[in-house]
Amino acid sequence: MKKPLSWNQLPRVFSEKVHALSYRQEPFSSHLPKPFLPYGNGRSYGDVCLTDEGTLLLTQGLDRFIEFNPVTGVIRCEAGIILADILALIVPQGWFLPVTPGTRLVTIGGAVANDVHGKNHHVMGSFGQHVKAFELWRSDGTVLHCSPTENTNYFKASIGGLGLTGLIRWVELRLMPINNPWMWVQSQRFQNLDEFWPLNTQAEQNFPYTVAWIDCMASGNARGRGILFAGQHAASQSTYPVFKEKTKRIPFSPPFSLINPMSLRAFNALYYRQGVKPQGALSHYVPYFYPLDAIQNWNRIYGRHGFYQYQCVIPARHAKDAASRLLEMIVKRKDGSFLAVLKTFGNKQSVGMLSFARPGMTFALDFPNRGTKTLRLLADLDTIVQEAGGALYPAKDARMPAHLFKSGFPQWETFSQFIDPGFSSNFWKRVSA
Amino acid sequence: MNALKRVVIFGATSAIAEQVARQLVSQGASLFCVGRNNSKLTAIVNDLKVRAGASQHIEGFCCDLVNIEQHQAIIERVQEVLGEIDAVLIAHGTLPNQQDCENSVDLTLKEIETNALSIISLLTLLSNYFEPKQKGVIAVISSVAGDRGRQSNYVYGASKGMVSLFLQGLRNRMAKKGVDVITIKPGFVDTPMTASFNKSGLLWSKPEKIAQGIVNAMVKGKNEVYLPGFWWGIMFIIKHIPEFIFKKLSL
Repeated sequence: MKKPLSWNQLPRVFSEKVHALSYRQEPFSSHLPKPFLPYGNGRSYGDVCLTDEGTLLLTQGLDRFIEFNPVTGVIRCEAGIILADILALIVPQGWFLPVTPGTRLVTIGGAVANDVHGKNHHVMGSFGQHVKAFELWRSDGTVLHCSPTENTNYFKASIGGLGLTGLIRWVELRLMPINNPWMWVQSQRFQNLDEFWPLNTQAEQNFPYTVAWIDCMASGNARGRGILFAGQHAASQSTYPVFKEKTKRIPFSPPFSLINPMSLRAFNALYYRQGVKPQGALSHYVPYFYPLDAIQNWNRIYGRHGFYQYQCVIPARHAKDAASRLLEMIVKRKDGSFLAVLKTFGNKQSVGMLSFARPGMTFALDFPNRGTKTLRLLADLDTIVQEAGGALYPAKDARMPAHLFKSGFPQWETFSQFIDPGFSSNFWKRVSA
Repeated sequence: MNALKRVVIFGATSAIAEQVARQLVSQGASLFCVGRNNSKLTAIVNDLKVRAGASQHIEGFCCDLVNIEQHQAIIERVQEVLGEIDAVLIAHGTLPNQQDCENSVDLTLKEIETNALSIISLLTLLSNYFEPKQKGVIAVISSVAGDRGRQSNYVYGASKGMVSLFLQGLRNRMAKKGVDVITIKPGFVDTPMTASFNKSGLLWSKPEKIAQGIVNAMVKGKNEVYLPGFWWGIMFIIKHIPEFIFKKLSL
């Protein structure tokens, strides 16, 4: 068994012990060094799931369903179950996750602890809004039943609480009804960001799912070009296409990153020229929501040095200006990102004290780790984010400075009262310093 | 091809057995799950019930299989619940601490009772159930450790060796009666039973993978199965090292 790291392989920190949980009610804490930190399926990008002391509690063994009511669409399951397993159960019975991130390989506990969002934020908000209840185990042995009406503070602290408030042992979630596993998807090119904004506003009015890809290698007149994808769950059809899932895997980490300016330019140019479907087409939900799940270990294409994710949110009033400045800087440094994703968040209020999603615009990027050169670029992007009153996504962060965290998450001090004294993470030690 | 529609699992709370149960349920089976720890058994049975379709029946039964006098009653209870039995998987067991056993006759005999005698009791009763039906599958999780006695865990090894040998004989008897008797010999599996081991290295497998091999062996009615298959090669070598050399090794 390999020592647990996060998905971007950065930072390389290891806890003193690793303990695999297998039954949610089984006591485990007496012989293990503290602090604890829950570790789900290792799909976050940074150190929210890592600690260099104490014990990582692996939750993958807590992967049981507890109850599912196919009439009301309420499901209760252990925290270590991954979304793919939930979807495999619920989709054939006409239900779907109300909010899903871009991979179905995260655990439901991780989805709660990072209060993840999806392409439908402008309609459904983030994951935590659909959580009916969960059970929180604290290192002093107490077990708290948390919901919007019970232990409310712990409920709000643990949603987006980065695993610091204790161990979430099970989660109860309200699902969303669907007709079938298919999506109706439209795609449309835009030449630059000025063209994107009105297009996006229109798409948001007509579709529950919207997201845009930006070509961040294109410069000059082409800067800010991209494709806007809008989708909705398909209505009942008389016939359905055949879908068979195919997965590939990257067998090993190459010694250097396969993502470099040359490959990026080629990929982005090709991607931009893909056949768009402005009139719409059917797509199965798996390739629509989870394109990267089809390539196991895709993180290996960045080579042994790993990569950084950078996802920020900018309040609506500064969104246009900041998006343009961020893109300008990335294009200028020629260190473009493989997948640059732009999405507007709606006005839904997130539940968690540390929830990332808030009204405005979010921009997600990834950069191969080229050491100080990359870190310098990210620090320059930080300046733009901070000036615009924005914040970085903890689930995708391995390096944000404490001042940026504190300005982006003004409730952090209230939150810290609900941290379990027996829990900690390297992320928290860094940003609360 | 054996149809596995009504299956009994003894030791249903073992990590391997739980994965076997999930795979069988996804293929439409009804299950009778016997386990010793009630809260673990309840968690597993509830999970299987959620995964199962409306026509499938999942039942849990809590007892310690060391009490062999209960075995007949359990088999009768299974028939009340499932009607017929297509297949059984015997998966219960413990991993004794060899050094503690060396210092305690009681502990040594208790481990042999759990890992060998209780299984032999079940096998005797179950074979008499299946024999007149002229069909059925009896699969038992033995171990590669039963292939040769080694200083590091020969109490466990001897128990598993007894089970493997008993199964050979039973298979020979049942071959003429249309009943498949399958000896499963897993290598190192990453489960709570092996929590104290250092699991780095290529020899360790996930319970899901072992479970796939078990279900496959049960469907096809195989005989002796090493899981994963490369353990056949490893054990072939270990079994053939001459004793005068073997006794000096620290395996």
